[in-house]
Amino acid sequence: MSILVLADLHEGQLAGATAHVVAAAQAIGGDIDVLVAGEGVQAAADAAAKLEGVRTVRVADNAVYAHQLAEPLGALLVELAGDYTHVLASASTTGKNVLPRLAALKDVSQLSDVIGVESADTFQRSIYAGNAIATVKSDDTLKVLTVRTTAFDAVSDTGSATVETVDVVVENTQSRFVKEELAQSDRPELGGAKVVISGGRGMGNGDNFKLLNGIADKLGAAVGASRAAVDAGFVPNDMQVGQTGKIVAPDLYIAVGISGAIQHLAGMKDSKVIVAINKDDEAPIFQVADYGLVGDLFEILPELESKL
Amino acid sequence: MKVLVAVKRVIDYNVKIRVKADHSDVDLTNVKMAMNPFCEIAVEEAVRLKEKGVATEVVAVTIGPKASQEQLRTALALGADRAIQIETDERAESLAVAKLLAKVVEQEQPGLVILGKQAIDTDNNQTGQMLAALTNLPQGTFASEVVVEGDQVHVTREIDGGLQTIALTLPAIVTTDLRLNEPRYAKLPDIMKAKKKPLDVKTPADFGVDVASKVSLLKVESPAERKGGIKVASVDELIDKLKNEAKVL
Repeated sequence: MSILVLADLHEGQLAGATAHVVAAAQAIGGDIDVLVAGEGVQAAADAAAKLEGVRTVRVADNAVYAHQLAEPLGALLVELAGDYTHVLASASTTGKNVLPRLAALKDVSQLSDVIGVESADTFQRSIYAGNAIATVKSDDTLKVLTVRTTAFDAVSDTGSATVETVDVVVENTQSRFVKEELAQSDRPELGGAKVVISGGRGMGNGDNFKLLNGIADKLGAAVGASRAAVDAGFVPNDMQVGQTGKIVAPDLYIAVGISGAIQHLAGMKDSKVIVAINKDDEAPIFQVADYGLVGDLFEILPELESKL
Repeated sequence: MKVLVAVKRVIDYNVKIRVKADHSDVDLTNVKMAMNPFCEIAVEEAVRLKEKGVATEVVAVTIGPKASQEQLRTALALGADRAIQIETDERAESLAVAKLLAKVVEQEQPGLVILGKQAIDTDNNQTGQMLAALTNLPQGTFASEVVVEGDQVHVTREIDGGLQTIALTLPAIVTTDLRLNEPRYAKLPDIMKAKKKPLDVKTPADFGVDVASKVSLLKVESPAERKGGIKVASVDELIDKLKNEAKVL
């Protein structure tokens, strides 16, 4: 078996998610190659070469792959996929954007957001907002999978893969990058953070999210939000934790002013320890929380910050 | 231009699902069904494009059992002009759905196709991308803003780090994120009018598409239950528990 992993990039650098996808590839077994596609990605390729268990890093460095637009990246993957039995990417917005294209162009199904590997053709994935786990078997000749990174521990960076250049250049006349507005933050990235503190509708407004920042700084935590908080315009969408936002599984998840709707739980219920702070002691979040504190978050948060 | 919208009948998003005792699937008997929320957003966007004079006709399409006609009637009540149902009782997977939709695209020649980014039952997030691949059209996935300008559509996409705007040459495929719009409610007179709007029923065989998949569902289980925890009385107790019991601080 041979597996191609599409590397995740963030602002041209290798994203942490890739090390988790390589771990999923190791669970399948076989030779593992990593494809780094973008523009000016030599540093990312070098970083990918250090991932434990990788045989070869294949680098497609060309302006046409900048911003990893779906059309050229899908065409590139189709060119390369013939050498492999499996193609994997993280279930990031890039992986979700591109892999179904590859699958359709190769006339195979795609398995999304895989959380377990039973064998080379049998996998687990969550359905219905994480309220059921499906075990599925694929008889397709090529298996195309996106991987939930929180379900696999990252491989170490002690490897030394060879790096080779991929000369495939495809034309793209259909789509064009216009602009990007990336949220700037010094905090850890939400998907990979050990501690996450999230606010919901109970925060009242966007300014009050500052109450979470002080605690996040002390704990080295990322700050997340429920859909209600995003919809109300308190914080930007990329902070949303849930079925349709980010899936997180930190050591500690602190939910503040979040009732705990099915769609939010889908994004955080695999956290090791869950703390809920809410004034409504009937809120469903208390049914999944290891430690619940009933009370007014505007009193509790400053006290918590001062005592940490 | 014509806008094609694909909608799916799914279990209502508020329902707490049950796994069947024999672990063959999720139990859908006597469960409230509804239009997938992301599909509602797709219909709303198409109707708004019509209200702006960008779209001339909105066609809603679904693939599913006879009962999925309810969701097409909902789309018609919300402002779609006509509907197409491709009737099948089989579990049509994303690839089969994309192949059927590709045939509809070939027949209808829409300027824009709008789908939801994912269905809340299978949580696949694949069909729009597959449709784009099969029709060789560009894709704007996870859209939070769609602006048609001449022969191009500018799509602002929700990506992991923030927002990205791309320009696509029309015709194009767009999938909707939650942030794209707030769907309207259908009014009673519109629901009545929708009953008279045209609804064509086809079958996969009419399009020569085989909906069988090489992926088989072996079993469906409930996830591990989380044990309910304890309530603490104070911030001090919380910090103490986190430090000494859970050992996460």
